[in-house]
Amino acid sequence: MSHGYRRFLASILLVGLVLAAGAGCQRAARKSGSFPASGEVSGWTKTGDTRTFDATNLWRYIDGDAERYLKAGVQSVSTCDYKYEGKTDAVADVYTMTSAEGAGKIFETEPQRNAKPVTMGDDARLYGQSLVFRKGRYLTRIVAYNESPEVQPAILALGRAMAERLEK
Amino acid sequence: MDRRDFLKQCAAGAVALSASEMNLLGVQQPAAVKSKVVVACDPKLRPNGTTIDSGRVYSLLDRGVQSFYGVDNPLQGWKMMVHPGERVALKVNTISWRGLSTNVQVVEAICERLQRAGIKPQDIIIFDRENRELERAGFHLSSDAGRVRCMGTDSVGYEEQPDAFGTVRSKVSRILTRNCDVLINIPLLKDHSEAGITAAMKNMYGVVDNPYRLHDRGCAPGIADLNMLPAIRTKLRLTICDATTACFDGGPSFSPEGTWKYNGVIIARDPVALDYVAWRIIERKRAEQGLNTLRAAGREPRFIGLAADARHQLGTNDPSRISLVEV
Repeated sequence: MSHGYRRFLASILLVGLVLAAGAGCQRAARKSGSFPASGEVSGWTKTGDTRTFDATNLWRYIDGDAERYLKAGVQSVSTCDYKYEGKTDAVADVYTMTSAEGAGKIFETEPQRNAKPVTMGDDARLYGQSLVFRKGRYLTRIVAYNESPEVQPAILALGRAMAERLEK
Repeated sequence: MDRRDFLKQCAAGAVALSASEMNLLGVQQPAAVKSKVVVACDPKLRPNGTTIDSGRVYSLLDRGVQSFYGVDNPLQGWKMMVHPGERVALKVNTISWRGLSTNVQVVEAICERLQRAGIKPQDIIIFDRENRELERAGFHLSSDAGRVRCMGTDSVGYEEQPDAFGTVRSKVSRILTRNCDVLINIPLLKDHSEAGITAAMKNMYGVVDNPYRLHDRGCAPGIADLNMLPAIRTKLRLTICDATTACFDGGPSFSPEGTWKYNGVIIARDPVALDYVAWRIIERKRAEQGLNTLRAAGREPRFIGLAADARHQLGTNDPSRISLVEV
């Protein structure tokens, strides 16, 4: 095998590796970003930047509610505002816990009245205008600020898109 | 009026001073003096079931204030609350965004009535912890001369030196220490996962730099100790608790399934008495919904009793010393 041919093969290999690494990174980025962009889920627009609070400043976001998350081993929460069909505001929160048990602990303390179980992640509950589900060490809550007939199917669709993006 | 006449009038109910104010004045409380708490409700506050009718908010507040001060017309009551030349700070609660924050229409109505009572618009300041939270709750930030101001403490900062009482060592918002003479507290009526409930006294967590340090053991004694700080204790004149939308479970964050439209306001000078009444309202709603009492749920609001104890004397939690008026 000539020296030139070996260099050609090495170049091909290098390009292949770079492309593969790029695709891998893209997949990783897609997985790590839990919040669908505007239009990715029908009717939903992302109306703000994603904000993240870690365990030390969680109180800035949820004040006294922070305590029960801290007791369950929260690492951080990321939150993002959405709007559905230009009229219904909503907020989506993804809590990253140290373990799936922590996510389960919070899930079990959520009110269960008027909730119906839905298939999503490891466990999920749908309320009149909110959805809570857990998947692995993540606990996600989507809350709409208005009640209307189209809210439930809309938050379910957004929830499914988010669940798909979360690593197990 | 001499001290004897004053006490006579108190006993007769002609002067509605609360138990906590009597303590502040160093006056021994006659057994007959009660802390007055007015609960004003309007079942037609939302003619279409969802949106609040602004006109009815004014009527609701006027009815509550008139009853609280025991006067012939509402304006007289508002004029007893504040005096021209005073700088008035309105502490709202906006941490839960639009879902469960102090209602903007309620605050607008209070601002209008304060101006009618002779307070200049630029002497009224609406505040909470952060600009962003205020905006998310629907308030318009303003620092313009000649207008009602609205801003977060993050735009002016906290005092450099902390104040201390008991377990509390906190830096207080400069809005409270430097920009006002009178504090009117406008909290919400909410269930609280740690404290049991949050209404009047817990809302003061939003005027200090380190509320996260005050949540241990169900916020007791954190809440009672915090309300002893001089800036809070000396400036607090009245609490008008916005209970138009309230939370009986899943609080303090917005949990739609745990909220209900109470369509009311609760008015008191005595923050302990107000919190006691607020607790009873939440328990009643929880019972209606088939939920455990807060005691059974392991979060009875112990801070209310501590705030009334001999060390704090912030008011009374003794129902026989609370004059509850429902209008």
